[in-house]
Amino acid sequence: MQTNEPVSVGASGSARQNVPLTTAALAGSPHRLRKENLISKLMYGAALVSVVVSGLIMYALFSEAWVFMRDVDWAQTWGQIGWFPRRGIYDMPTLLIASFWTTLIAMVVAAPLGLGAAIYLSEYARSSHRALFKPILEVLAGIPSVVFGFFALLWLAPNVVANIGGAGGRGSMVAAGLGVGILTIPLVASISEDAMAAVPKSLREASAGLGARKAVTTLRVVLPAAVSGLVASMIVAVSRALGETMVVFMAGGAADAAVRTITPYDGSLTMPAAMASLASGTDQVVGEGLTFQSLFFVGLVLFLLTLGLNLIGDRFVARIREQY
Amino acid sequence: MSSTATILDAAKPIPERLVMPATDHLVDSLDPEPHPPDDAEDLPTAAVVFDVDAVSVYYGEFRAVQDASLKVHEHEITAFIGPSGCGKTTLLRCFNRMNDLISSARVTGSLCYYGVDLYNPQVDAVEVRRRIGMVFQKPNPFPKSIKDNVAYGPKVAGLAKKGPAMDDIVENSLRKAALWDEVKDRLNDNALGLSGGQQQRLCIARAIATDPDVLLMDEPCSALDPIATTRIEELMHDLKTDYSIVIVTHNMQQAARVSDRTAFFSVEVNADSDSRTGILVEYDFTQHIFSNPSDERTENYVTGRFG
Ligand SMILES: Nc1ncnc2c1ncn2[C@@H]1O[C@H](COP(=O)(O)OP(=O)(O)OP(=O)(O)O)[C@@H](O)[C@H]1O
Ligand SMILES: [Mg+2]
Repeated sequence: MQTNEPVSVGASGSARQNVPLTTAALAGSPHRLRKENLISKLMYGAALVSVVVSGLIMYALFSEAWVFMRDVDWAQTWGQIGWFPRRGIYDMPTLLIASFWTTLIAMVVAAPLGLGAAIYLSEYARSSHRALFKPILEVLAGIPSVVFGFFALLWLAPNVVANIGGAGGRGSMVAAGLGVGILTIPLVASISEDAMAAVPKSLREASAGLGARKAVTTLRVVLPAAVSGLVASMIVAVSRALGETMVVFMAGGAADAAVRTITPYDGSLTMPAAMASLASGTDQVVGEGLTFQSLFFVGLVLFLLTLGLNLIGDRFVARIREQY
Repeated sequence: MSSTATILDAAKPIPERLVMPATDHLVDSLDPEPHPPDDAEDLPTAAVVFDVDAVSVYYGEFRAVQDASLKVHEHEITAFIGPSGCGKTTLLRCFNRMNDLISSARVTGSLCYYGVDLYNPQVDAVEVRRRIGMVFQKPNPFPKSIKDNVAYGPKVAGLAKKGPAMDDIVENSLRKAALWDEVKDRLNDNALGLSGGQQQRLCIARAIATDPDVLLMDEPCSALDPIATTRIEELMHDLKTDYSIVIVTHNMQQAARVSDRTAFFSVEVNADSDSRTGILVEYDFTQHIFSNPSDERTENYVTGRFG
C-alpha cells in the first residue's frame, strides 16, 4: 500500500495495478466474450432466415412468371379489349391504367393531407393537441383495409364520387382511389412527422432569430432539411397504394375481368385486385393454360415497379438532400 | 457570503492582464471618448436601448433568473459574465423574445426596448427579431450553401432579392465577420463543411446581414482561435459606432478588452428548497468591475477565486 507506483481507480472503485501492464490484463472476460459471440450468431441467423425466405419468394415469383413469359402469345398481353385471364386475354394496359388512376387519386388525397397533418403536428400543435391527434392517427393506421373497402363502396361512392361526376351506386377507380388515399394518410403523416421532428431545434431557432415567421421557417428550413424523410414517406405511400388489394378489390367496381377503360369513373381491376380475384373463389385458378401463371407475371410487374420507384427515390434524395 | 476569501485575499492586486486591455490601441483609435473614468456617473450617458426592470425568467416552476435589473446603452458593448448555469443565455434570449420558442419559459417584470415594452401583447416577436439579431452559443448554420446562409435573413426580410445587391450583402457580411478570404472561392459549398470556428463566424455574418440595430452574441468566440477572436473583437468595435452589442463571454480578458459595461451574474442556492437561481450580482462600468468591484463575489470571480 505504500508503493509509489501509479495506481488508477477503475469505475468500480477498486484500485487496479497498471504497471507493469500485460496483455492478459486487457484480454477481457472469456464468459462475456462467449456471450457476445452467441448473440451475434443469433442475430446473424435471424437476418439469414429473412434473406432466405425473401429469396424463396423471389424464386417462386420468377419461375412461374418465366413460364408465362415463355409460353404466352405476347399479342394477347397488349392492345386487347381488356383483362380476361380465363379466356387467355391478358391485356396489361388495362391493369396498369387502373393501378395508375387509383394510385394517383390516392396520392392526391394522401400527400397534402398527410403532409399537412405532419406539419401541424411537428411545427404548430401545442403539446396537448399533439397528445390528442397522434393516437387518432395511429388508430386510423390500424384499421383493417377491408373496413376502408366497405367505406369506399358504401359511403364514398354514393356521397362523394356521385357528387364529383361519377355514378353513385357502384364501385369505380375513383371510389377505390379515395379509399386507398384515406388509408394512406396516417402512413404519410407519421413518416413525415418523424422526419420533421428529427430536424434540430437549433435550426428553427436560427431561422426565427433572423426574423423569419413560422411558415417561412417551415418552408425554407424544416422541409428542406427533412426532405429525405418526406420523399421516403411518399415512396412508401405510393408503394402501399400500388400494392393495396382489399380496398380496390371491393370498391374498384370489377369482379374478375375488366374491359380496358381510361375513364376513372368506370370500374376496373388494378394489378393486385386482378391477382386477388384470380386467386379467390371456389374454382381456384381454372381457365386457359396460362391463367395461373399470369398471376405471377402481374406480381412480377408490380414488384419491379415498386423496386424502380424506390431506386429513383433514393437517387432523388441523394441529390437534393440537406444533411444536418 | 458564498466565498471563503479572506480580507487579505481580497486585497490582492488584480492580475495586470485583466486590468489593462491588450487591445487598447483599438479603443484609442476607434473610440473618440476614452473609457469612462472612475467617477463616470457624472458623464452624460448614451440613450438606453434595453431597460431591464426586475425581470425573472422561469422554465416551468424552475426560476432560472431572478429579479435582474439593468440598462443597456446605445453604442456600447455590454458584457454578461458569470459561472455556467447562472442564466446569462436565458436573460439574453429575453432581449429578442427568443424564449417564446420554449413553451415552458415565462418572463415576468418589464423589459423595454427604446421605451417600448417588448412583452406587450401587441408587440410581434418577429418584428423584434428583425431589429435585434442573435448569434447563438453553438454554431447553427443551415444545411445550405454558405451564400444561402448569409442571404437567408435579407431574403426573408425582403431587403434584397437574388442578384448583385444580394451578392454585395453576402460579401460585406462575410468580410465583416472575417470569413470572406477563407470562403470566397466556395460560396456554393455546404456550410456544414466549414470548421466549427468558421461556422460560428458564418453565423455572425448571417446575423449582420439582416442589418439589425442590436446584436446579441452568446459566447461568439468560444470556438475561435486567437486570430479569429481578435478579428471578431475588432468587428464588435467597428459595429459599436452604429449598433449596440450585448455579449455573453466566459473569457474575462475578452470582457475586459471589449466591453464598456459588465454585468456579473451568479448562482444563488436557496437553502430551504435546494433550488438554484441566477441573480445579477453587480452591473457597472467594465473598469469598475475588474479593478474595483463593489461586491466581494464579483471580486472573487474576476480574480479567478470563484468557489
Ligand atoms: N430550455 C430549458 N428548459 C429548462 N431549463 C433550462 C432551459 N434552458 C436553460 N435552463 C436552465 O436554466 C439555467 C440557466 O441556463 P442558461 O443556459 O441561461 O445558463 P448560462 O449562464 O448561459 O450557462 P453557460 O455559461 O453554461 O452557457 C440552468 O440551470 C439551465 O439548466
Ligand atoms: Mg449560455
